[in-house]
Amino acid sequence: MDKLNLGKHISGKFNEELDTVMNKVLAMGGLVEKQLTDSLAAIENSDQELAARVLDSDNKINLLEVEIDEACTRIIAKRQPTASDLRLILAILKAISDLERIGDEAERIAHVAMESFSKDQEHLLVSLENLGQAVLGMLRQVLDAFARMDQEAAYTVHQQDASADRQYEALTRQLMTYMMEDPRSIPKIMDVMWSARSLERIGDRCQNIAEYIIYFVRGKDVRHVSPESMENTVKGR
Amino acid sequence: MTTNQSLTNSATETNTAMSGQENAKPMIKTQLSQDGAGERLIDLETKLEVRDLRLSYGQDEALKGINLDIPKNRVTAFIGPSGCGKSTLLRCFNRMNDLVDNCTIKGEIRLDGENIYAPKVDVAELRRQIGMVFQKPNPFPKSIYENVAYGLRLQGVNDRRTLDEVVESSLRGAALWDEVKDRLNDNAFGLSGGQQQRLVIARAIAIEPEVLLLDEPASALDPISTLKIEELINELKEQYTIVIVTHNMQQAARVSDFTAFLYMGTLIEHTDTNTLFTKPATKQTEDYITGRYG
Repeated sequence: MDKLNLGKHISGKFNEELDTVMNKVLAMGGLVEKQLTDSLAAIENSDQELAARVLDSDNKINLLEVEIDEACTRIIAKRQPTASDLRLILAILKAISDLERIGDEAERIAHVAMESFSKDQEHLLVSLENLGQAVLGMLRQVLDAFARMDQEAAYTVHQQDASADRQYEALTRQLMTYMMEDPRSIPKIMDVMWSARSLERIGDRCQNIAEYIIYFVRGKDVRHVSPESMENTVKGR
Repeated sequence: MTTNQSLTNSATETNTAMSGQENAKPMIKTQLSQDGAGERLIDLETKLEVRDLRLSYGQDEALKGINLDIPKNRVTAFIGPSGCGKSTLLRCFNRMNDLVDNCTIKGEIRLDGENIYAPKVDVAELRRQIGMVFQKPNPFPKSIYENVAYGLRLQGVNDRRTLDEVVESSLRGAALWDEVKDRLNDNAFGLSGGQQQRLVIARAIAIEPEVLLLDEPASALDPISTLKIEELINELKEQYTIVIVTHNMQQAARVSDFTAFLYMGTLIEHTDTNTLFTKPATKQTEDYITGRYG
């Protein structure tokens, strides 16, 4: 975390406060990543016990979000952070709300994993795997980029979302074909469809977090801007 | 070193109203920077121009070639660590450094385009145009009324009605009238610190200067008086160009439209306050405003 220069404030107490809050964000990121990994594994292996554990653990993420929120409020009230310190606090506040929602999506996937699928329906779940791994990869990379505030890495993740979106569309088309072939399976296929939707949303939220990283580094809001404008910002042009 | 954001078409019209006066409101066209951070210096009328200003006390160079434009009817704050030259620079604007022994000054400061260091300049007249308020309130040992009327009396104005009007309008301008109107003949030392500072500001504006220099005007005051002074600064900028030196960065952030960061006699960064406090362009500014080791 040296690159963030968190440790160079004249006030040692302020260093500690920022350090603590950043560590909590990383811990929260770790928990969210585990939730997603577990929920995907639960789907893949029809492991209902694991899925139940995911459902039980979401609470920890929610509590951490509240705790980090409070810590940031205290820092704003007491330290009046400016410049990069201010941008760090804002990036954290926004990132944790996306992380919390990613946790919720993982919980939704775990709900689907709790259901029992008959043997001839299991192939539906397999089709989720590719998208799941792609999105999990994005989440890992964006958390890594957040820990180092690495805008290049964040930009790479941001670019990957387009490919995740394409996978989601392909999957949707495939699932619709199944529905037409066998209308009786529609309820189960809808469950799979919702899980795919959850994964696609997680990709979007990783993209959001990537935008906060770029905001922190460059001081420029890159939400809702053209791809060229974002590239220019990242390259410092 | 002026940092400007890139241009966009989003033009906006800002009203600069003249409070409590009959004057028509001048419309100033300003252009917002891309992220809406604030006005751009180059779009504003310049009141004071500093050109390659060098100032030495004996062998020590305190200002090492400053170039800076102070926009009209805006508040410009100078920030920087002790000894960076910000108060020295402020004092150059009404030639207070002339009184210091062994002080040599090179370069120019132009008020509305005229060099204030030109030989023909009448320093007393210059100080009438550019008023100054110091860190510690320094009322004269006279009544509240006479403190405010002092400058006019010096100019030979003794007409009671004129004086009454100016005293009232100045005290109103300094947001002090309601608190003192029933005891104008009391000694000024009976006022609180915050009231004394506002009295000194009333005294400064009584002679209708064009520029007000404020050297740490609130550093000796309690938080409520400080807020009153800050509110006052915000009102005064409609009529005056204000330059403020402050050690309190939050104060600079609150009251100023533009901020200049000085370090060791050099101007490091000068831009709109919103940008300077959220995304400073230089690492030195960043380290200073976030309270880091340089």
